[in-house]
Amino acid sequence: MSQANNLLRLDTRTSKRSTMLLEQSIAKPRRDKVSLNAFAFLFAEIIRYSQNRVLGIQDLEAKLNELGKRVGVRVFELFMWREKTVHRETRVLPTLMFINTVVWRALFDKQADSLGRSTDNEDEYMITDNEPNILKYISAPKEMSSFSPGAFLAGIVEAIAEGCQCPARVTSHLVPAEGMPLKTVILLKFNKEVMEREKRLDAGK
Amino acid sequence: MAKQYKTIGDEAWKNSVEKVNAELFIFTYGSLVVQLLRDHEDCTAVNQQLDKLGYNIGVRLADDMFARTSLDRCSDIHATADVIAKIGFRMFLNTTPTVGLWSSDNEFSLLVEDNPLNDFCELPPRALGDGLWYSNVLCGVVRGALEMMHMQARVWFVRDVLRGDDTTEIRVRVERMLDEEVPAADE
Repeated sequence: MSQANNLLRLDTRTSKRSTMLLEQSIAKPRRDKVSLNAFAFLFAEIIRYSQNRVLGIQDLEAKLNELGKRVGVRVFELFMWREKTVHRETRVLPTLMFINTVVWRALFDKQADSLGRSTDNEDEYMITDNEPNILKYISAPKEMSSFSPGAFLAGIVEAIAEGCQCPARVTSHLVPAEGMPLKTVILLKFNKEVMEREKRLDAGK
Repeated sequence: MAKQYKTIGDEAWKNSVEKVNAELFIFTYGSLVVQLLRDHEDCTAVNQQLDKLGYNIGVRLADDMFARTSLDRCSDIHATADVIAKIGFRMFLNTTPTVGLWSSDNEFSLLVEDNPLNDFCELPPRALGDGLWYSNVLCGVVRGALEMMHMQARVWFVRDVLRGDDTTEIRVRVERMLDEEVPAADE
């Protein structure tokens, strides 16, 4: 009986918080910045924690991807709402533009450095970031040199693509270049239905 | 003395610290907590895990903080508390908790009115019932940082707005000073 009472008591206190939370305006970010170090420390611990629970690079990247997906779902809604004209993209190219400009600018204060389509496969697109600052402090040992911490970013992008009705398999690859040791390419491989739908919509024009 | 710390903290935030979008940080932390809740069955284990993660962070964070500011040795525990609140929290989370509720001269509280981690968060009934302290990582960070300063402390959550309390309160008790140990040589 007292347990039920306790539950009721909790409910009234926390429902106050719920209403407060839901009434807050999200139009402008309530809080602008935290320190990059705080994020870097947190991210490093996330990787360390995940490393202890997986076997191998693929699994680790999959875990980071999963974490990124949860972030991406929320990021997508939030940033879409804050646009001047609230509009959800549903075609491939506008979705990619949305990710490249709006999302990247909101998250990292800069646009993604390039957007391209793969020449070999027509369902693959690439978003490049020359210097992802959130990955700056992650360094992998030699035996894991193919590990790309950008898998977290890939997860964010994957969730956004799915939110725009263009589901894709998204992976991240480290392609160090001259003067850009952290250059990361996010590769999106769109699902078959998406490409077929694109063809149909283009043909209909 | 207190005013000086506030200035150092503000200075550090404005000039010595690279910044990143706060919402990315908040969502990432939330994602981590969800992951922990999935990996562990009960919230006590999650609390412990968060504390452990925070401890690992705190240990490195102390060095980072001193590298970016020019701080002298703290004269006493009151100064230490001020440094944690006005400089540590300010530099990393851009929020300044109030130090208060001193008791027996080695125990104090950090009242965090504005915890960024809580921004988009609402706890489900199961987590509430089980006793989850959502921002428990902060306790670990403070504990780790103090240990780097040779103080063994116990840090725990007392109240949390996410659980319906009116403010968030973290209690810190400095239990003893640790001897300076010469680190084991790397053979």
